[in-house]
Formats: sequence, C-alpha cells, structure tokens
Amino acid sequence: MRAFVRHIIWGVMLSALALASSCREDEVVVLSEREESLFGENTSPSYAGLYLLNEGNMGSNKCTLDFADFENNCYVRNLYAERNPNVIKELGDVGNDIEIYGSKMYAVINCSHKVEVLDARTCRRIGQVDIPNCRYITFDKGYAYVSSYVGPVGIDPNAQLGAVFQVDTATLEITAEVTVGYQPDELLVQDGLLYVANSGGYRKPDYDYTVSVVDIATMTQIRKIPVGINLHHIRADRYGKLWVSSRGDERSVPSRLFVLEKDGRTGRMEVSDTLDIPCSEMDICGDSLYLCSVAWSDVTQENSVTYGIIDVRTGELLSNGFIQDGTEGDIEIPYGLKVNPENGDIYVTDAKNYVSSGNLHCYGRDGKRKWSVRTGDIPAHMVLLSKMEK
Amino acid sequence: MERRCRWFSFVVCAVLPFGAWGQANAGASSLDSIQTLGEVMVTANRYSEVIPSQKLTGKELKALNSFSVADAIRYFSGLQIKDYGGVGGLKTVNLRSMGTNHMGVYYNGIQLGNAQNGQVDLGKFSLENIEEISLYNGQKSEIFQSAREFGSAGSIYLTTRRPKFKPGETSHLKASLKTGSFDLINPSVLFEYKLSETVSMTFNSEWVNSSGKYKFRYKRVTPSGEVAYDTTATRQNGDIDAVRFEGGLQGYLTNGFWKAYVYHYTSERGIPGAIVNNVWRNGERVWDRNSFVQGVYQQDITRKYGIKVNAKYAFDYTHYMNNDDKLMRVDNQYKQREAYISVANKYSILDNWDVSVAYDMQWNGLSEYMSASRYTHWISAATAFSLADRLKMQASVLATLVDETADGQAKSPNKSKVTPAVFLSYQPLKKYNWVWRAFYKQIYRMPTFNDLYYADMGNAVLKPESATQYNVGFTYAVAPKKGFLSGFHVGADAYYNLVNDKIIAYPKGQQFRWTMLNLGKVDIRGVDVQATATFRLPYEINLMAKVQYTYQEAIDITSPRDNYYRNQIPYIPWHSGSAILGLTYKDWGLNYSFVYVGERYNQQENIEYNYVQPWYTSDLSLVKTFRIKSVDLKVTAEVNNLLNQAYDVVLNYPMPMRNYRLGIAIEL
Repeated sequence: MRAFVRHIIWGVMLSALALASSCREDEVVVLSEREESLFGENTSPSYAGLYLLNEGNMGSNKCTLDFADFENNCYVRNLYAERNPNVIKELGDVGNDIEIYGSKMYAVINCSHKVEVLDARTCRRIGQVDIPNCRYITFDKGYAYVSSYVGPVGIDPNAQLGAVFQVDTATLEITAEVTVGYQPDELLVQDGLLYVANSGGYRKPDYDYTVSVVDIATMTQIRKIPVGINLHHIRADRYGKLWVSSRGDERSVPSRLFVLEKDGRTGRMEVSDTLDIPCSEMDICGDSLYLCSVAWSDVTQENSVTYGIIDVRTGELLSNGFIQDGTEGDIEIPYGLKVNPENGDIYVTDAKNYVSSGNLHCYGRDGKRKWSVRTGDIPAHMVLLSKMEK
Repeated sequence: MERRCRWFSFVVCAVLPFGAWGQANAGASSLDSIQTLGEVMVTANRYSEVIPSQKLTGKELKALNSFSVADAIRYFSGLQIKDYGGVGGLKTVNLRSMGTNHMGVYYNGIQLGNAQNGQVDLGKFSLENIEEISLYNGQKSEIFQSAREFGSAGSIYLTTRRPKFKPGETSHLKASLKTGSFDLINPSVLFEYKLSETVSMTFNSEWVNSSGKYKFRYKRVTPSGEVAYDTTATRQNGDIDAVRFEGGLQGYLTNGFWKAYVYHYTSERGIPGAIVNNVWRNGERVWDRNSFVQGVYQQDITRKYGIKVNAKYAFDYTHYMNNDDKLMRVDNQYKQREAYISVANKYSILDNWDVSVAYDMQWNGLSEYMSASRYTHWISAATAFSLADRLKMQASVLATLVDETADGQAKSPNKSKVTPAVFLSYQPLKKYNWVWRAFYKQIYRMPTFNDLYYADMGNAVLKPESATQYNVGFTYAVAPKKGFLSGFHVGADAYYNLVNDKIIAYPKGQQFRWTMLNLGKVDIRGVDVQATATFRLPYEINLMAKVQYTYQEAIDITSPRDNYYRNQIPYIPWHSGSAILGLTYKDWGLNYSFVYVGERYNQQENIEYNYVQPWYTSDLSLVKTFRIKSVDLKVTAEVNNLLNQAYDVVLNYPMPMRNYRLGIAIEL
C-alpha cells in the first residue's frame, strides 16, 4: 500500500513539473502569415493588391488587416501588428470601413473610436483621428467625411443624433462637424452635397428612415429625404443615381433597395424606385450592381442567403447570382463584397459564425471560383490598392 | 522570467515530497464538520453519501487569501473560473467543461436561481460567514434530498456559519474589518443568540466598498526581444458598493430540525469593460437587489419514515445602464421572481436499503425589459443500498417538466425529460480506507429566458442541452496515531462527458450581454487528482499541504466542416492546478497558496491569434491570534499575486497585479 501511495505521489509530482515547465513568457507581437502562389496569373495589372479589413468580434480587439498581394502572388494575414509593433493594443476593436485616398489608407475602427491613417503602400501608421463610434468614410477635395453614430449630446439624452466629421487629410485635424439623422452609416459626396444614410439602429423599433443631405460648403444639413427604415449603404452609379439599401426590421419589414434620382422639376434627389430585393452588401461596377443578402428565418431556423446582379440602367435583376459553379454552399454568411473594375473579379467574404476565421473567395466574371483563402475574424471591408507611380 | 519559473518549480517540488514520507486520514477538518453536522442533521450518518464531496471547511477556508466564494473554489479540482477581474467583476464557474449553466449552486440547501441567464455570480458571495463549501460531481449522492438537487451536472453547496454554543454560553458577537488595495473597506458583524435550549438565531451583515482601481499592464515584445510596447494603466469604473443582511432562526426537533432564513443583498457597481485599443474606460453601471426567504423542515417521523420540506421565495432586481456618450444609451430594468416548494420523503425498507421520492415545483417570472414565465416540475425517485458498509449503491431517476409562457412573442414549446443516475462505491479491503467509486449520470439543462427570448438573440425553439457523465476513481486515506504524518488523503477520478446541443454564452463589448452560440457537441475527457497531508512537526508546529491537479481535453466535435473541429473549446486549459501550504505555530499562522491555469484559447479555433498564455498566482497570508480575557482577536495580513503577474483570465479583462489586504476580527 505504501508503494502504491508513493506511485500516486510521484505521478502528481511529475504532472506538476510538466506544468512548471510551461511558464508564462513575454507576449510576442503576433506576426503576419503568408500563403504563397494562390492567385495564378495576374489579370489585374493596374492594381498592386487588395486590402481586407477583418472586423473582429466586439470586445475582442481582433480587428486585423490582410493583404492579397497580386504582384507577389501571395496572401498576407495580419499585417498591421507586424508593421506597427509599437501601437498599444494593435489595430483595435471592430473595423468598420477602409478606404484609400491619395497615398493614405484610412481604416475606420468603430469600437476603438478612431480612424487609423496608414501609408497605403507600406501599411505603416501615419496617425489617428479620434472620432467617437465612427462608422464609414468618404472623401472630397482633400477632406475626409466620417459618419459617427453619436453627435454632440443634445437636450434630450435619449435622442442620440449622429454626426458627420470633416477631416483635413493633410493635417488629420477635424475641421468641421455636422449633426445629421440617427445613427448614420454609409455616406457619399455628389455635386458638393453629402448624402448620409441614417439607420436609427439605437432607436429600434423607431428606426430612422431618411437620407440626410449636407451642404459641404457650409457644413449644414439642408434637408432629409424620406427613404425607408434602417438605411445602411449608399452608392452612386455612373448616371448619378443613388442606390440606398435598407436593412428592414428583421421582422415584418424586409430588407429592400431604393433608387434616388434628381427630380426633373425641383432638381432635388427623391426616391424614384423601390426594388423588393433584399440587400445586405452591394458594389457597383459599370452598369452592374452586385449584391448579396442574408436573412434569418424564424420558420426554417436557417439563414436564407441570396446573390444577385442588377442592371443599374433598368433596375432589373439580371441574374440570381454571380456564383455559377455550385460553390455557394461553401459560404455560410457572405459579409463583404467587392468587384475589381479592371478584370471583373468578384471578392466575397464569408464571416462564418463571427467568432472564428473567415474566408475570402474570388470569383471570375464567369462565376467560377478562382481562389479561396483563410482570413481573420469577420472579414468584411475591402479596398483595392492601385499601383503607385514609382 | 527565468527566475520566476525556477522559483515555481521549487515551490511545487517543495510541497509534494512531504506527501511521500508517510501515511494518513480524512483530515481533522472534515472530522470537525461531521461533528457539527451531527448536531444539526441528527440522522446524517444513516444516509451517508456514496461519493463524498470535495470540501473546504472552517480552518482551510480561513487559510486561503480569498475574498469571495469564487476565489475559494479555485482550489477545487475540475473547476474553471471565468473572472472579469476586481472586487466587483463577474465571476462564474464551469465544472468539467460542461458550462456554467450545468452547475447548481446551493445556499444553505436551496438552489440559487437565475432563470434569466442561468449564471450565478459567485463573486457576490462573501466568505465572511461561509463555514463550508462542498463540490459534488454529478450530484450529492445522498437520496434524501429535494428533486431539484438531482437536476444539475455538478453542485456547489455553500453553508453559512451554524451557531454552536458551549455550555453556559448564550450569545456570540463577532466584528471584523478588512481593508487594503482597491480602496477596500469591508466591515462586517455577526451576532448569534441562543433563545432556548432548542432554538437559536443568527444575524450577519456586511458592507463592501471599493473603488475597484488597480494597476494593470500590457506588454509586447518583438521577435528579437525588443520592447514593442509596455503600458501600465489604472482600471476604471470597477467600483462596488454592496450591503448584505442575513438573518436565520433555527430549532431542533426530536429527530429533526427546522430553519428559516432571510437574505438581502443590494449593490451598485461599475462594469469595467474590455480594454481595447484607444479605450481605457467604460460607462456601464449595474444596480442589483437580491432578496430571498427560505425555510427547511426535516424530521424522522418514525424509525423508517422521514420527511423534508423546502420552500423559497426570491426577488431579484437588476437595473443596467450605459452612460457612455460614445455608445448607445441603455437603461433597462429586469425583475425576476421565483417561488419554490419541495417535499422529499424517505423510507427505510431495511437497515441497509432506503428509498426516496421527492416532488418540487417552481415558478419563475421575468418582467420589465423582457417578460416571460415558466413552471418547472421535478419528480425524483431514488434508492440507496449498502452491503457491510463497504459496498454502497444508489440509483435515481428524475423527471423534469417545463411549462413556458412568454408575453408578446412566440413561446417556447413545453419540455419534458427523464434522466437517470447511478452511483457506486466499494471498499475492497476492510483494513484499508481505500475506496473505489464510479458514477453515470445523464442530465439536461433547460435554455434560460435569455437563450429563448432575449431581444434579437433569443431563440424560442432552442432545445435543452444534454450532458452525459461517466466517472471512475478512488480515494485513499490514512491517519497515523503517532509519528511525523498525522493525516494523508488522496483522491483521483477519470471522467468522460459528452455534451450535446450545447448552448454557449459569449461576451460581447457590453459585458452584460451575450452572443448566443450553439456550439453543438463537446467531447470532454479529464482527470482530477487531489491530495492532502497534515504533519506533526517538532515545537508545536503543524503543517498542512493540499495539492490539486486537473487535466481536461474538451474538444468541439460538432462538425468536421468547421475549422475548429476537434479543437479545445474556449477558455478550457489542458492543465490546471493549485497548492496550499499552511503552517501554524502557537498563535501564528502562515499560509501560502498557488493557482495555476495552463495555456488555452480564447476562441474556438486553436490558432496563434487566440492563444492565451498560462497564468499563475502566489498568495501569502500571515495570521496572528490574541486572547485577551474572553475576547479573541485575530489580525491577518495578505499579499495576493505576490509575483506581480499581469494576466487576463478573460481576453481584454486585465486582472489585478500584486495587491494587499489587512484584516482584524474580534470575537466575544
């Protein structure tokens, strides 16, 4: 019996020693990972590559930046931390938009309340602009315009109106601020006017239903166009029409797509068409509007995923999908969509269950999958990097 | 770093060999508890448990530098604590990787409920008046209990101090004050009064106030070893202000007892939130009020028949507010009510063969922000059989019926489940206290109100989550009458659990909210080992050593399509363990405790981005007692996280670094 006890003791001791050997060490900056020879022949000579911003789950601080390098035929995951090791707690929490303007790239980091400004080519940090609860970004004449869910605190604390901040891209200083509708999302500039899609997401079920129009010269909101509830994206086609997506209320009002056109008489933007097509994400390229949608159904207990291409001239749904090789089933939650205007390649991201690595798929114009690659958590927002003049 | 590791190895090695030098028993402390139990539960011995619990009692509990129940149960094997840090931070417990919701927490014999989210914040329960904490895997393997007690995959029993009067004594008064880091002020008072030979009362109250401010540090180095960043900041909005009142009245009957209990807790706290890039503070606040009254009556009516009645009414109020200008304003209130009654009956067919039947009914109501209610019925039947006190067997079956209603939305379907459990223990050699044990249990946990109905996340058609447990193990104990070793006890168990339709809660930016994930299927295999040794040393020096080790492999086997298929589930370390060393000399006591949690992942995929390093803390305390006439005075000084380790238990929720506590207690 004594020997038996001794055996047990030794067992416990050895396992404890095994523990002791696995000690805590200094945390090393997580470096980037590369996947080589993924893309095959480069059919997009004017672009150096594609940046992909992974949102990361809220509170996880796992917003990361990936780069599909067309020139070197490789995919690089998690570039930011390696290029900017001195930034405390890395890129941040929940990336929500990414754009390139001039030589700078702007990443809008929602829950870190900042716009991160990087050198577009090297990915090295130039600076940051602190904007609370920032959402989307657009540019015009040397200025960036950033939408924010929360504007200045008003008299009624329950009515949290949103704002758009104007940032000088040369100095990275905020130069003006304008209060718009509730929880504004995407925005764009056309003919000196800023159009902002208001969601009102904090006011559920009393969503906002308007597009705010801001006069850039005076930075004042001049009117609000009634469109539909819970607006999200706003994009312009090459004919000057605006395409606005509504998320609906995820219950009785479905997601829809609205078209805004200049009224011939007043010269003001008004809703000219409502398409009963659900739209979560969209991108316009030439005369085609590519879209995808995910809608949960309480009845089937499943997500219903749809894809489509709309002719922006007619507003007709040309096709029920741009994926033609039967690989739609590989995508659980399409979450980001981008079209390469040069070769017509379509980039679709899959966010899966939001708390694990996603995928980036590239489809050719013919609807056949060209390549797929693993990304960070919640791959969402993409921007193409033009080849810079050397 | 290097030095820290070596130091640790030294400590571990220093603790363990002691056990190898001799022999031992169940330990003096558990003997004490049986004696006190004997007073309260007159018949306790006859329904002895098939598989005893892991226990922390009186002296051992005092020896740990623990503030709350959550701190103390880190020393149990098989348990993992999720700790969001600080005095007011949420602390929940997960037994053998099956998830918080499979755990039943019992306060003086009746379960603490939270129908809304199924989680009991053990950080709220002070150790001040806790006399005993027991952990049972499977269930308390005793048949004379309420039906609901058969209904968890594991149970923690918290027992408050029971009044014990020496002849001639009629009252006890104890007052204590703790203070230390985080601007902590924690006074408490306990009063016990003997009303008659059979009836006594207790009253206990406590106030906890802390700014919750502590330094934390995040550091990264480059692969070449240069510092990339190294920042130290102060945790903000982690303050707490809480008051607790408890009152009890207890009496003894012929072959029985009764007890009535009132509990009220009220608190205001800040929720410190995740530390992410560019965000160093947070504006969430929570006000809680938890109140309950409960009563128990137990008596052996005849030599063969005994009855036990439990009843409880609880009211919980939560007010949650987010004041951050940068975020959505939230101002929600939740009210939960719970009414519970249980009747358990036991009948002895033979001296060594008992049967029991119990019926419990509970009503839960949730109102204000969400509105839902449910009736739950539990019916249990159990039997226990023993042979020559060496072979003990027990089998039970539990039927659970849930009847749901929800206002303004689709109600969840009614549910009914029948689940069995079998417990067995065998002592092969009469001469040696060497006991083999095994159990099998199947159990379901019902989805919580949040799982079912919470705005945008709730899913009314959720199925109950099932857990099947298999366990086999042994214990060995000796207690030499003389010599160096005064007691030795070792226990080891190997287990296999299978969780199906697992529903897991994932923290989002706002700590109070969860993203529901249906993780599907989890395969859990593990080993728990505990050993305790007590020594008689020269010069009146006594030494107690206790070590505990847990190995767990909990893998997600939901679907081979997932890129985390067969990966370890989040926040479950493969290795974890703890060690306690207690040295006493006359009026002095010196205690050292150590907790280790090995490497793990903070998300489902076991990839570099989700990797979390091991953490381990060393705590030290020094106690001196004085006796001045009839007054006992006790002074305690504690250092926690002695090695000043900067670590997160939950990603981006930094834990306190080295901190101190001073305590003084007077008893008369």
